[in-house]
Amino acid sequence: MSISLARETAPSVLIQRRVPFGLLGLLLIAFIVVPLTGNDYWLNAILIPFLVLSLAGLGLNLLTGYTGQTSVGAAGFMAVGAFATYGFLLRLPELGLPVALLGGGLISAVVGFVFGLPSSRIKGFYLMVTTLAAQFFLEWLFVKFPWFYNYGSSGTLSAPKLALFGHDLNTPLGRYLLTLTTVLVLTWVAVNLVKSQIGRNWMAIRDMDTAAAVIGIPVVRYKHLAFAVSSFYLGIAGALWAFAYLGTASASSFDINRSFQILFIIIIGGMGSIAGNFVGAAFISLLPILLSHAGQALFGGSVDAGQLQNLQKIIFGVLIIVFLIKEPEGLIRLLSNLRQRLSHWPLRF
Amino acid sequence: MTFFFETLLGGLLAGTMYSLVAIGFVLIYKASGVFNFAQGAMLLFAALTFVSLHDQGVPFALALLLTVVVMVIGALLIERLVLRPLVNRSQITLFMATLGLSFIIEGLAQGLMGSQVRALDLGIDDVPVFIGGMMVSQFDLIAAAAAIVLVTVLALLFNKTRIGVSLRAVADDTTAALSIGINLNRIWQIVWAVAGIVGLVAGLLWGARQGVQFSLSLVVLKALPVLIIGGFTSIGGAIVGGLIVGAAENLAEVYIGPLIGGGITPWFAYVLALAFLYIRPAGLFGERAIERV
Repeated sequence: MSISLARETAPSVLIQRRVPFGLLGLLLIAFIVVPLTGNDYWLNAILIPFLVLSLAGLGLNLLTGYTGQTSVGAAGFMAVGAFATYGFLLRLPELGLPVALLGGGLISAVVGFVFGLPSSRIKGFYLMVTTLAAQFFLEWLFVKFPWFYNYGSSGTLSAPKLALFGHDLNTPLGRYLLTLTTVLVLTWVAVNLVKSQIGRNWMAIRDMDTAAAVIGIPVVRYKHLAFAVSSFYLGIAGALWAFAYLGTASASSFDINRSFQILFIIIIGGMGSIAGNFVGAAFISLLPILLSHAGQALFGGSVDAGQLQNLQKIIFGVLIIVFLIKEPEGLIRLLSNLRQRLSHWPLRF
Repeated sequence: MTFFFETLLGGLLAGTMYSLVAIGFVLIYKASGVFNFAQGAMLLFAALTFVSLHDQGVPFALALLLTVVVMVIGALLIERLVLRPLVNRSQITLFMATLGLSFIIEGLAQGLMGSQVRALDLGIDDVPVFIGGMMVSQFDLIAAAAAIVLVTVLALLFNKTRIGVSLRAVADDTTAALSIGINLNRIWQIVWAVAGIVGLVAGLLWGARQGVQFSLSLVVLKALPVLIIGGFTSIGGAIVGGLIVGAAENLAEVYIGPLIGGGITPWFAYVLALAFLYIRPAGLFGERAIERV
């Protein structure tokens, strides 16, 4: 009797967790405090790009940080998402925004799957070059064929009307909430994804794909899946980047430098970490603003914009190398070390 | 038919320019397993340094010598500050470090020497000459000759000197090379310096062709398909790959381009490289890695 009782209660004891107060606090701030206090500048210029870049970093991290397939074509897949979502909203307006966004992500996933096909035979740097091929091909595609941007003269997408169930989302707050909700839902899915069998298989492939194949993981199928899922995330991030942040976009908004930027987010934030993307994106999007303010304060506008940009480039480069040398697991690792130290402060282990 | 051969020859000659850039990659990859994304930035830096010195009135030969010295110092600094702390890390980590490095070098080059387009005159007239009824650019011929000289010198360095033997030993088996007393750090310094000098040659030729400016560092993106086709570890492969890419690109732009809207040069080489990869996953001359658990 007592044994069966123990059996019934044991699982619930095992899965009992602490209430994530920190996370709840962040959500409270994001959904209630920010909309009440944030002004348009903060929403438009800082919070929306931060959230979108986090999402893009998350997409790339699933592929590079979790599955170990380095990609430098992230922006190409973002472009697919943006142009596909635009196409859905333009040509099938009855679908509505959420379905169009999802459709854009799915088309991006298909494109990612196709460009990920070589991963069944190719590894490492050779594979990285195929993602570069994707980047250049997709950029060319969206410049060359006017059908994608509705035959406009300048090759740009004009922002469609963003509306959800009759609510107009074309205010900064509306676009912020749209982005926040999308990012939250997708992050939640990603957290569960990497905890599941799929995520474990991905990490096994990352750590050593030959060994993964030996223990019976279908390596090729999971690599392809990683490309598709990653592109799905990147596609949705691209659509949000185009319509929630920029308002208008062209193929040049998704050039190779954007791909590098997203790669830097995951290097600096932390490869193979979900929260790391947010930290990395915050760092990448805030640093230029800080540097330009610092430049203003130090030199009082006497230094020209070009030099400031060069300086910023050098600082970025140095930071990347320093991170790779000192903390290859990124800012998120630094934060967790700090938290551990604080939980025992002033004592040590 | 003459037009076809003219296009082909023009492409082949343009291809030697790609090979020049690709050789810099191969050198570093062979000796240290680093895929050096900063090669393009080094090329820009070398060309910019040379042009800046030359504009200041420094004679040609002295400017060349000073630029070589600068590139060697740069190589020593890179080895000490970037490579040595990252020793024994994964190849991807090292690649990302060179990405950061390319940012630093580009920022330095433009910050110190300006970002406007500089003209570079090497004293070579770009007039067409006729060989067997075909029009060929004289400049391309000289560039091809420079590539041949460079490859010969490198081949001699690799095969006939003591340094070359240690370089090959390191490329073959780093641990074994260390155990017989080869100084790995010294080898890296030499290789990066040589790659810098190769970058200088390539930078001068490319710079004379399209002006010395930021876009010069994007040449690196042209060299990647060349590397894929030739394999990362073979200088001969870099040459052959360059020729294949140059010829195919020229022919495709002329014959396939008009069918699908033109402007296909940026990605055609990549698609070609992909096709090669499907058949030979380690390039034409690359070494196929054997994997063990």
